[in-house]
Amino acid sequence: MRNFIYLATALSVMGLAFWAYRVNYETQDLQGELRALNREIASLHEGLSVLRAEWAYLNRPDRLRELVDLNFERLQLLPLSPEQFGSVAQVAYPLPPEEPVSEPIDVIASTQALEAAE
Amino acid sequence: MIRTPLRPLARILDARAKGENPDAIERENIRLRGEATRDKARMRAEGRLLMMGVMFLCAFMTVGVRMGVLANTEPQEPQLSESGAPILAQRADITDRAGRLLATNLVTHALYAQPPMLVDPERSADKLVEIFPDLDRERLVRDFTGARKFVWIKKKISPEQMQAVHDIGDPGLLFGPREMRLYPNGAIASHILGGARFGAEGVSSAEIVGVAGVEKAFDVWLRNPENNGAPLQLTIDLTLQSAIEEILDGGMKLMNAKGATAILMEVKTGEVLAMASLPDFDPNDRPAPLTKGDASDSPLFNRAVQGVYELGSTFKIFAVAQAMELGLVNPETKVPTKTPLVYGRHRIRDFHNYGPENSVTDVIVKSSNVGTARIVQMIGGERQREFLERMGFLEPTAVELVEAPTGRPIVPQKWPEITAMTIGYGHGLSASPLHLASAYATIANGGLRVTPTLIRGAAKGPGERVMSADVAQKSLAMMRAVVTRGTASFGDVKGYQVAGKTGTADKAKPTGGYYKDKVIATFASVFPVTDPKYVLVLTLDEPSENAGSEPRRTAGWTAVPVAAEVIRRVAPLLGLRPQEGPTELAGIQLVKKD
Repeated sequence: MRNFIYLATALSVMGLAFWAYRVNYETQDLQGELRALNREIASLHEGLSVLRAEWAYLNRPDRLRELVDLNFERLQLLPLSPEQFGSVAQVAYPLPPEEPVSEPIDVIASTQALEAAE
Repeated sequence: MIRTPLRPLARILDARAKGENPDAIERENIRLRGEATRDKARMRAEGRLLMMGVMFLCAFMTVGVRMGVLANTEPQEPQLSESGAPILAQRADITDRAGRLLATNLVTHALYAQPPMLVDPERSADKLVEIFPDLDRERLVRDFTGARKFVWIKKKISPEQMQAVHDIGDPGLLFGPREMRLYPNGAIASHILGGARFGAEGVSSAEIVGVAGVEKAFDVWLRNPENNGAPLQLTIDLTLQSAIEEILDGGMKLMNAKGATAILMEVKTGEVLAMASLPDFDPNDRPAPLTKGDASDSPLFNRAVQGVYELGSTFKIFAVAQAMELGLVNPETKVPTKTPLVYGRHRIRDFHNYGPENSVTDVIVKSSNVGTARIVQMIGGERQREFLERMGFLEPTAVELVEAPTGRPIVPQKWPEITAMTIGYGHGLSASPLHLASAYATIANGGLRVTPTLIRGAAKGPGERVMSADVAQKSLAMMRAVVTRGTASFGDVKGYQVAGKTGTADKAKPTGGYYKDKVIATFASVFPVTDPKYVLVLTLDEPSENAGSEPRRTAGWTAVPVAAEVIRRVAPLLGLRPQEGPTELAGIQLVKKD
């Protein structure tokens, strides 16, 4: 009986040691992965800020104005002016839909037609 | 252990045989035994003390070693932070009111050398000069071959330059990462942003410190990591700012002015939508400040905030508004305007003779100095001073720029009646265009004080009441008349009902007296007058319009047309619809639907 307890204890110690060893290495692996991910996040953040700066630089008003001037033939853009505000009254009503011709119309005015109309 | 008996029989018998006292032996043995016991106890105590000493030594050594280790190791970030906190830039961005970037950081590199590690200093110096032509070869060679262990070569280099330096292949040339401040829009809003430079520098990083404008005023805020990377949002609108700078630049050249400034302000909140000062500079490459001469000649000088000028007739409306507030006059009251007005040894003249008397409205419309001086005489200097103080003319503006306190108005020490009269028409008290803008905004805001601000969300609620809403309304009506039938007739932008007041002030000589041919022309305007939303103050420094037979310098001919163009361009951008609207309904038939 005593031998069995000794054996079981020794085995469990070995098992625990093996488990601790594995967990240790797993943790180290995960930490490495985390470090790599953090590095990647940092470099992506850096890239993002560079892109944002570049976007702002490419969209700077001076450059856009120059581009508009250069491409005037195609774009025909001019600064917004007060005359460009329209009013609702300037918008035409849609034309009423044409009604289908339901009865033949007598294009030559005859007396019968006049009488029929009356 | 064998105990020695106290009276060993052999020695007792022996002593007895010799006739000695056997008790002496016993005493001797008792003494020896006592000594042995004492020694043993002492040994044990000493052992314990030693043990304790060793334990304490170990404990203190552990603490000491740990402290030493902590003090000597490089600080390390916790590797397993749960949030994966975002890597923040060293300095927060600055954006305009719509979130467009005005200032940001860019990662770049600094180049330095460690001369002891250089393989071929002369060749490296040659190659470096090829890449950076502005470097001095002699100096580089001297630094590389001398006793120095560390030499900065360039503070900021581009990736292409970095690659070229890599290609030299000398192990003594090294790079340090840097964050540099970038202003992507160049010179736009340069006076507001200010600029930044490197502060304390190390190999692996360098501090960025603001040197002027909001960058300096908010230096601590921008560097505070607690903000979690939130940008500093200004009230400036990039589109408006750029449009105004473009028109102002054109207007300044057309009117042969040496400087110009314009401020566009929202009436209700005091938020500054655009503030331009020309000539300007590129904050990415900030020029050095002037060491001698007039500070206002430097492009760094912010005329809108730092430039304190006598603003001329634009001040007249304050005298009139105060007189109306005090119930001394109403818009129809007749005021004597016979020119010149002689007061002691002073003479106050008008530009033209406007007849013996005019209504208060006409005093403003025709811009009569004499009429205004008469009105100020009714008010008196004490009350005038108190009124101008409430309008904010005796203090620097509260705008969030580091330059704001330098724009302190020049106020006369004493305030006799003649000074009050000249201040009434804008001479004798110097203030910045921003002061004028906030004072006009106060009138446009129905008499509630407006404080200018550049920070979005920093605007305070309505300020104290300076004049009644009725007086403010009447003042606006007078300013509207200035535009429809007075000195600012060029300022009548169709559809936007501009109200305003011109001001042409002779420039003061630094030696005393005034220049004959140098003026500051100002147009302060409010639009649209039916529901005042925006205030525009535009000032030209030494303009002269030379199209006619003789140069014209009055604001009506110089500042007003430029301001009108600004309003024409800016009002649609602000989303203001012209109020009359196009009258012709081109190509549209009105049909009646049965």
